[in-house]
Amino acid sequence: MKKGYFGQWGGAFIPEVLHATFVELNAEYEKARQDPAFWQEYLDLMGNYSCRPTPLTFAENLSDYLGGARIYIKREDLNHTGAHKANNVMGQGLLVRRMGKKRVIAETGAGQHGVATATMAARFGFDCTIYMGEEDVVRQRPNVFWMEKLGATVVPVTDGARTLKDAINEAFRDWVSSMDNTHYVLGTVCGPHPFPEMVAWFQSVIGIEAKKQILAQHGKMPARVYACVGGGSNAMGIFQGFFADDGVELIGVEAGGKGIDTDQHASRMCGDRAAPGVAQGYKTMFLQNDDGQMLDTHSIAAGLDYVGISPILSDLGEQGRVRFEAATDTEVLEALSLTMKKEGIIPALESAHAFVQAIKEAPDMGRDEAVIINMSGRGDKDIFTIAHAFDDPSWKEFIIDRADSYRK
Amino acid sequence: MKLDDDLKSRLQSKKILLMTHLVLGYPSFETNREVIRQMAENGVDCIELQIPFSEPMADGPVILKANQDALAQGVRVEDCFRFAEEMAAEFSQVNFLFMTYYNIVFRYGETRFLERTREIGLVGTIIPDLPPEEGESYLATSRSLELAPITFFTPTSTDERMRQVAARGEGFVYVVARRGVTGEHTEMDTGLVGYLARCHAATDLPLAVGFGIASRADVAMLEGRADMAVIGTATIRLVDEQGAGAVGAFIAGLHADEKGRER
Ligand SMILES: Cc1ncc(COP(=O)(O)O)c(C=O)c1O
Repeated sequence: MKKGYFGQWGGAFIPEVLHATFVELNAEYEKARQDPAFWQEYLDLMGNYSCRPTPLTFAENLSDYLGGARIYIKREDLNHTGAHKANNVMGQGLLVRRMGKKRVIAETGAGQHGVATATMAARFGFDCTIYMGEEDVVRQRPNVFWMEKLGATVVPVTDGARTLKDAINEAFRDWVSSMDNTHYVLGTVCGPHPFPEMVAWFQSVIGIEAKKQILAQHGKMPARVYACVGGGSNAMGIFQGFFADDGVELIGVEAGGKGIDTDQHASRMCGDRAAPGVAQGYKTMFLQNDDGQMLDTHSIAAGLDYVGISPILSDLGEQGRVRFEAATDTEVLEALSLTMKKEGIIPALESAHAFVQAIKEAPDMGRDEAVIINMSGRGDKDIFTIAHAFDDPSWKEFIIDRADSYRK
Repeated sequence: MKLDDDLKSRLQSKKILLMTHLVLGYPSFETNREVIRQMAENGVDCIELQIPFSEPMADGPVILKANQDALAQGVRVEDCFRFAEEMAAEFSQVNFLFMTYYNIVFRYGETRFLERTREIGLVGTIIPDLPPEEGESYLATSRSLELAPITFFTPTSTDERMRQVAARGEGFVYVVARRGVTGEHTEMDTGLVGYLARCHAATDLPLAVGFGIASRADVAMLEGRADMAVIGTATIRLVDEQGAGAVGAFIAGLHADEKGRER
């Protein structure tokens, strides 16, 4: 198979001006991948700086409440900066240092990847610019605050749908001028080769840990593993630990938004609005019209609000190795409430998509079976969105009072 | 005649050729029609017709906005084919090429897209996000249809890469004068002069150079160093600000004092 392809998906559809940059990046990535000292350096950094290994928490209350499979939660929320995004970012940071570049740029949707990148840049002493769709800047204001405080420049992107895909385009526009001293830290398992493969490699740490942990705690492999799928990096991260065992069913949960039969969702594998396409440097299933123009997407979770999906997951979906489901905004809020009340854990809105599907399926499974939910991030970043969605009266009052006090 | 032969024969009577660009359906097909008429009447040799795409990754703010506005008005790929067919028939002295991103071609069906491009009288295609490594079938089909698949040189290209890329293209090579997206201006300096010399050494194909050309002085700088000057963002800006009627004089002015030409 051609390099960078997964079945018919993937590739590197890059403008010629980036050819030399990708030659260098590929060489540096291949070298790091062959070098056991690099992976050890990565694990040491993540252990010391980012609380790895993250726990696998047995959700006993939720399991008993649902009355079926034993539910385990992989706690990527406890990673430094509060999501799995740090795994990829710190790995790429080590690579940037090897390449001798001094500036990093990144796109961000939820702001988690942006915060992680700004954190990495601060730690490694790089300059940092983050591109973020204007709509996401509004949705995820607290993360914008943190990025700026960490020393990054946040550029709101006002083109197109003003969400993640537009931020990616804008990051590429920066990169085609700045590649001599700048690395683009792509935040998920998408984009041109080697990004899907490289990001999946850094995220594989989740699955490696989770497999060891479930065997230690449950004594055997889980029956099912659930992960939400935006670009697909947290899903690829945990799934890789279980690929070799056909008995483990892998379930990717997409953003069903207001329902996959509406035009307000971001489900590429579920529903019928996606088709094969080539954009943002790679070939995958894209939400697009008959002409090949990308469609507007919607999700309550900014991190899942994206037109494309990892080429690796398109392939695994096509092969039937990963089953795809979709969770609606409403279901997500219900699952979030339940998880908070039963376990005292606050999943990110993105992660709550994985919870929805596990909560639907666990009751019909045996009590001797285990499932793992990859909790990709923590939900407190979403306080504005969640409070708004719950229409919480005391929160509103607080915001009004605070705004009034600033006006004085 | 093959495109490169046509360009070479035009170069016998002109110091430098001109290629202009516009985004189809922006601000409207009516305006496009008038702009093209003025370009054709003022001696433009090639015109890039850009089929709008929702994710124009290689384009700067002006062309990006033009793409979005065209799409917001409901411009479809089918409209672009019909319009291009009409233009190619009416202005047969001009070489028309489609410029677009690969998803438009891919979604239409690569072979069907290229066949129809040929049938309606266009001479080639410019696809900035399709490197030769990913475009094997595109290159082969283009060749078999005698369409020119345009390839790119950039300031980051090594001599070896330039030779590789040019060997797979036809028509001319699109020389990107500097890093970055479309629409930014670059000065002619010793770096650029050396780069253009490297480009010439790598291929016998004509070289088309674009770098935010906006004036007669910009075009004059390229004479003797390149075969064709590419005017992109400048005409879009001009039409935005002064309307289609200003295009003829602008184009005429680009080769105003050219010797051996009556204006
Ligand atoms: C907490 C969290 N989970 C999931 C995602 C979706 O990304 P991916 O599918 O690459 O894991 C994001 C993206 O921003 C995120 O912040």
